[in-house]
Amino acid sequence: MKLIRTLMAAATALAVTAFVAPTFAADDPGPAAYAQALKGKRVMLVPLAMGFDLAQGWAHYLKKEVEAWGGTFETRDPNWVVDAGAQAITDAISSDTRPDVLIIHAPDLNSYSKLMKKAQAAGTYVLLVDNPANFPADAFVGSDWDRLGQLEAEAAIKGCGENSSKKIGLVQGDQANSSSLYQYAGIMKVLDKHPDFKVVAKPDSNWDATTSRNVTTTMLQQNPDICSIIDFWDGDATGASAAIRDAKLDGKVFLVTTGGGEKAADCDKLQDGTYGAVVMTDLARQSGDMNAIIKFLLQSGQPAGTSHTYIYTLEKATTKADLKPDSCWDLKALQAEAAAK
Amino acid sequence: MNTLGWPNLRSLNQEGIVFAIAVVLFVAAAIGLPGFIDPNNLVAIVRSVSVLGILALGMAVVIIGRGIDLSAVAIMAMSVAWYLQLLNTGTSDGLAFAYVLAGVLAIGLLNGFLVAYADVPAIFVTLATGSFVFGYVRSQLITQDAVPVPQGHWVELLGGLRFLDIPIEVFVFAGLAFLFFLFLRYTKWGRYIYFAGDNPTAARNIGIPVRPMLVLRYVLSAFVALIAGLLTAASLHSINTRVVNSTLLYDIVLVAVIGGIGLSGGRGGVRNVLVGAALIGILLNAMTIIDIPLLYQNLIKAAILLGAIIVDGIINPRDEQTAQQGDI
Repeated sequence: MKLIRTLMAAATALAVTAFVAPTFAADDPGPAAYAQALKGKRVMLVPLAMGFDLAQGWAHYLKKEVEAWGGTFETRDPNWVVDAGAQAITDAISSDTRPDVLIIHAPDLNSYSKLMKKAQAAGTYVLLVDNPANFPADAFVGSDWDRLGQLEAEAAIKGCGENSSKKIGLVQGDQANSSSLYQYAGIMKVLDKHPDFKVVAKPDSNWDATTSRNVTTTMLQQNPDICSIIDFWDGDATGASAAIRDAKLDGKVFLVTTGGGEKAADCDKLQDGTYGAVVMTDLARQSGDMNAIIKFLLQSGQPAGTSHTYIYTLEKATTKADLKPDSCWDLKALQAEAAAK
Repeated sequence: MNTLGWPNLRSLNQEGIVFAIAVVLFVAAAIGLPGFIDPNNLVAIVRSVSVLGILALGMAVVIIGRGIDLSAVAIMAMSVAWYLQLLNTGTSDGLAFAYVLAGVLAIGLLNGFLVAYADVPAIFVTLATGSFVFGYVRSQLITQDAVPVPQGHWVELLGGLRFLDIPIEVFVFAGLAFLFFLFLRYTKWGRYIYFAGDNPTAARNIGIPVRPMLVLRYVLSAFVALIAGLLTAASLHSINTRVVNSTLLYDIVLVAVIGGIGLSGGRGGVRNVLVGAALIGILLNAMTIIDIPLLYQNLIKAAILLGAIIVDGIINPRDEQTAQQGDI
């Protein structure tokens, strides 16, 4: 009898525990605190322009997440004009609906520094994306361009091989944008370690495909035995590839570039041999990093301008050989998804 | 000419000066730069300024008639971007091309009508229509800055066309230059453009249809821009509308003006465009071979332009007539 009573007592205790457990889960303070800190917060993205793959990809992933936690997501389109971007930031800071988080894609090292300081003073967290600037933002999310340049140079050296001319040509962006300057520094670091490889020319494209084509044509004309060309952006590398095609050097010149990992811009061109290697940014992950830091900052309670975090995106040089179905993201698919809503 | 047979300094105009600079540069580069004189490099030089030169031809005709077309680059990029976008979204080729032709014609007509009949200065009209074309097409008709040419499309095949190993743009540029030369030199309407540009009121008084001709010039310029855009897309297999923000528009005016087509109208011709394009082409190519950074390239380009204008100002002082009428 005693045993039965004990067993019953134990069963009751168990039942009670089992009954209490869900109540305990409902008391998890996380979701409530999360919702309270984030609900109604405004996030604004000011890229260089909304018309290219990186910005459209970021906007897609950010919007999805921000709206899911009850925030508002907005973008501004300066369309590559620095002044228009400055205007957009100024308006945003002084408007009644001042964003709580401002994500800025800086055109160069200095242009927006004062405005970003003003934004922080007004209480807006400032995130820099992709292009570093001379400003202590709350967080920088993007590529370590120096490291990216090193990866490009390593890919070019591998693409050339030991028995090649060991001549490399660079098509730089410009002499003002940090992504171009740091990329160059990174490339030269690797080439310094391989003194047998030589840079034979390093013209600027000013990020324009026609200019890239013209300077590459001249470069190949002067050095027909170039084994690899590194063009600093896939947005203008179409020009360098046209020059290679026109010089009938397809397959002989290993073209390396970098981009946002969009399917039509990068993977399709690796597949058809236009590019030999592309150092691709994992855009979904980069957007995820931004989302995480936004959620952290909004909950942290610390004032804007007091934290300085660098979150570098993992970069990798992809070639045709290691191309996988999920190596790229598909802008067309994202647009179709957005249109279907 | 004086008795010695030397060209008289007084007869040297801006075209002559720029031509002389171009020849000096060419000779210096041929001697100093290895590979410059290579036939393939010479073809590359002509090719690099072909699209620029084609656009400058259209601009030249407008400027000779005392106008200016600041919408040329917007029309060039946006018409082709729209065409490619239509193709990429499944519109049949014929229909898409018809739409684009109609659009280009409409903008040319609008430019011409506002300048000729509404008497708005050309510089404001075309600045506005250029922004409109860019803004409307970019925001309403296409989804991205860069629009690719569909695989296997004739525009892509056009880019691969070669005769005697010379790219198609070069022939199109040469052909158009010849046509414009015939038009300006030997047709009645071509000659009238000079009269209208030199003195619009007098031209009107002697019965020249000044206004319809003005409209024609802007339509012509718009179609030339479309051709330039198609050639750009053919070579790059895509068109990037960012070019509208670039210095291309200024380069077009630069080629026309540096060659000696006066902004006050009534002077110049196809030869001036060719001289201007030659100078820019040789200069850019030589600087690329020497590997001069872009910042310095722009500086040198600007310094040479300034130099040519100053020398022209000294040798050909402005006369009473220009002073009274003013430039555009």
